Amino acid sequence: MLSSFDAEILARFQFAFTISFHIIFPAFSIGLASFLAVLNAAWLYTGDNAYRIVFDYWKKIFAVAFGMGVVSGIVMSYQFGTNWSEYADKTGPVLGPLMAYEVLSAFFLEAGFLGIMLFGREKVGNGLHMFATAMVAGGTLMSATWILSVNSWMQTPAGYSMNDVGQFVPEDWWAIIFNPSFPYRLVHMVLAAYLTTAFVVAGVAGWHLLKDRENKATRKMFSMAMWMALIVTPLQIGAGDAHGINTLEHQPTKIMAMEGHFDSHPDGAPLILFGIPNQEEKRVDYAIEIPKLSSLILKHDLNAPLNGLDTVPDEDEPPVAIVFFSFRVMVGIGFAMLGIGLWGGIQRWRGRLYDTKWLHRAAVVMGPMGFVAVLAGWITTEVGRQPFTVYGLLRTSESLGPVAAPAVAASLIAFIIVYFFVFGAGTFYILRMMGKDPASPRLGLRDGPIRTAGITPVQQTHDAHPAE
Amino acid sequence: MEFDLAFIWAGIIAFAVLTYVVLDGFDLGVGILFPFAHTKKDRDTMMNSVAPIWDGNETWLVLGGGGLFAVFPLAYAVVMSALYMPIILMLLALVFRGVAFEYRWRTERWKKVWDIAFFGGSTVAALCQGIALGALVQGIAVTDRHYSGGWWDWLTPFSMLTGIAVVIGYALLGATWIMMKTDGAVHHRMRDLAKPLAIATLVFIALVSVWTPFQNPIYFERWFTMPGMLITLPVPLFMAFAVYKLFHGIANGRDVAPFLASMALFVISFIGIGISFYPMMVPPSLTIWDVAAPDSSLKFALVGTVVLVPLILGYTAYAYWVFRGKLDPEAGYH
Ligand code: HDD
Ligand code: HEM
Ligand code: HEM
Repeated sequence: MLSSFDAEILARFQFAFTISFHIIFPAFSIGLASFLAVLNAAWLYTGDNAYRIVFDYWKKIFAVAFGMGVVSGIVMSYQFGTNWSEYADKTGPVLGPLMAYEVLSAFFLEAGFLGIMLFGREKVGNGLHMFATAMVAGGTLMSATWILSVNSWMQTPAGYSMNDVGQFVPEDWWAIIFNPSFPYRLVHMVLAAYLTTAFVVAGVAGWHLLKDRENKATRKMFSMAMWMALIVTPLQIGAGDAHGINTLEHQPTKIMAMEGHFDSHPDGAPLILFGIPNQEEKRVDYAIEIPKLSSLILKHDLNAPLNGLDTVPDEDEPPVAIVFFSFRVMVGIGFAMLGIGLWGGIQRWRGRLYDTKWLHRAAVVMGPMGFVAVLAGWITTEVGRQPFTVYGLLRTSESLGPVAAPAVAASLIAFIIVYFFVFGAGTFYILRMMGKDPASPRLGLRDGPIRTAGITPVQQTHDAHPAE
Repeated sequence: MEFDLAFIWAGIIAFAVLTYVVLDGFDLGVGILFPFAHTKKDRDTMMNSVAPIWDGNETWLVLGGGGLFAVFPLAYAVVMSALYMPIILMLLALVFRGVAFEYRWRTERWKKVWDIAFFGGSTVAALCQGIALGALVQGIAVTDRHYSGGWWDWLTPFSMLTGIAVVIGYALLGATWIMMKTDGAVHHRMRDLAKPLAIATLVFIALVSVWTPFQNPIYFERWFTMPGMLITLPVPLFMAFAVYKLFHGIANGRDVAPFLASMALFVISFIGIGISFYPMMVPPSLTIWDVAAPDSSLKFALVGTVVLVPLILGYTAYAYWVFRGKLDPEAGYH
């Protein structure tokens, strides 16, 4: 008995570990692919070489990040079978076809056009190259769409029935794909990817502005990223709010854990800003709360009743502390991003966008925060779904395959060592590339063929220009 | 009943796996041959010859896994449990190999490390794929929709033989691919290697073919009873033709023929395995129909597949066309 319990914990940890690594790269490549498509289009349309320089700069970073996304993703597509074969057998008829569509409509699109986007400009000409770049961006968005439909179905299952061997069987594909939480999750995740990328770009630009505020390409990057921060952050907060209200309707237990509501509040629930959830004693220690605010946010009514975890059997509760803290990390970063966006907007309006060193420093600090928010958000979502893999229907313990603890432990250790080594090296190379300023044609690359034909010499990016 | 959807899907999955084997086969082969290149520049050229297309090739592996999950979920569940270790090892090997494409251009000091990662990753991935094939041919123990064998069932002399066979076969694909894509020193180096590799590949095909019926006599019967027979008869003919083209092409320094002929060897061997298996999906006990998802799943997935796979083949062919011809050793985006 003990050994089967061990295998479950190990398998859960293995899944969480591999998917957490994986999600970092797509979150970046979804945003970066769209950014590159916009840059290339802007270059073609305006002929302004700064766009082309920024394009070539991020293209190389994109290639490395994308490579890491591909290899960590291939691992994911086999993870369902290796450790979670019961889950695979039971949900396969519903979720399998959605994943097959993801491969067919998204991965092949990216992979087919990636080579042309990276290597083919001279071979196919600007028009087709633009098309390939747009296809890669479209492919990343499409894969996010399908995989989020899969994940959302696990959160809010719909459109299925059960057959006699215990499998979920599709009844209504429309209802399965457009399950209740899917639209919210899609919008929130895609905006998250855009924001994450925008803050990485802003961080890199901020870093280089601190050293040279005249470089036209750096300015362009910073300006574009700050527009994104200003416009997209409020949208994201709004989308997150709507997402939460939807979750309250379909997964109330998750919201109770996020809010730390151990008790029901018949006339207006408080918003617990901070505290330490104590699941054993069923209370939040050291809570700092604002009365009735939670009801206002979730129900738009100060006095609306909200149920707490006292209405849920203990064996159906998720681990409250993880969900509670990760949610606060995400929301905290969201408001910090809003702050940066507004600050940037004000400085731009005052004509000091490129001269405010503290803004540039803050941008550098915020640079990696999107990744933290994405991970925190996913941890909220996934741990909040526990102890089920398909919410309310299939328990995590019933999803595990016939795996032995030593085998899972061995593979888990192998994943940890390999991932830290390989992706650590990749992150190092990306950071080193980011450390070179955009005018540098070689990003930390000391040998190897370089094709710079057709790119304007470096000096031209430094030419005099009025502040825009 | 209008169509036997499970049968159609078995055909599609078989097609995806075969496409994977011949496409990723040659780029894994390029990795396997990495230590045989004489200079750094030759290695650069070899890697660049597959850089724009390896990702697309590997996507067929994702389709193989994802497709199996979609239409034969029970087979996916059972096979992944049974082949746990070789699959995980293969995935880790592919991680090393995949990142090497970018990393080795990003560093001088560690370039050797990523060269070794590229070679090691490619070789181990090929070996694991061969072992997985051998383990599947041997048969997988299933009771009650669950895998019921042990952790080391996959490791036998037979699966080791198929593992090595795949490594050598991929190396042949890689060598003939590089012959086709390059000129000069690399081209000649690969031409020297191609002949021994071709002989070794044929020896291994023969060994595996002779040994397979001993795994399960039913395999032997299938070749000499009716639906199988129709295909059995012309197989030796095709094989002889491919072998002739291969050696003739290598001897005469042809560019394209040896590559196509090596691919043909794989296609013929694959069809041979198909004859042995049919109608099993997971030998010895699960047929295609036992493991199939309900018709509603098969139908839904089929609609998209019929439309999208030809489209994918189309733009994949276009991507190969864009990068056709001999490689310019100075090109690359780096
Ligand atoms: C840059 C990233 C980012 C930022 C700034 C935010 N989020 Fe978020 N959030 C995500 C990135 C994210 C995510 C990683 O994309 C998640 C995980 C699953 C999902 O669909 O989106 C998520 C999930 C998620 C959920 C869980 C829904 C569920 O599991 O059912 C809620 C309620 C919110 N978010 C709400 C918010 C609010 C109120 C924010 C305002 C500050 C906010 N998020 C900012
Ligand atoms: C959209 C695709 C996703 C799918 C289909 C998916 C599916 C799953 C499955 C099957 C499990 C294993 C069973 C379990 O332990 O509950 C799991 C657990 C988990 N996933 Fe996800 N997941 C997805 C995305 C993510 C992402 C992007 C993260 C990023 C952090 C994540 C974080 C986790 C965590 C932390 C667990 C462990 C929860 C626990 O065991 O307490 N998931 N998910
Ligand atoms: C368990 C869940 C998941 C599985 C099985 C999975 C599978 C994969 C695979 C196999 C690839 C490589 C495709 C290629 O060969 O090009 C990939 C890449 C990608 N995945 Fe995931 N994935 C999962 C979770 C997610 C999530 C949660 C997202 C985003 C919301 C996502 C978005 C992407 C994107 C955009 C790419 C392409 C870009 C890149 O490679 O960086 N995936 N995924």
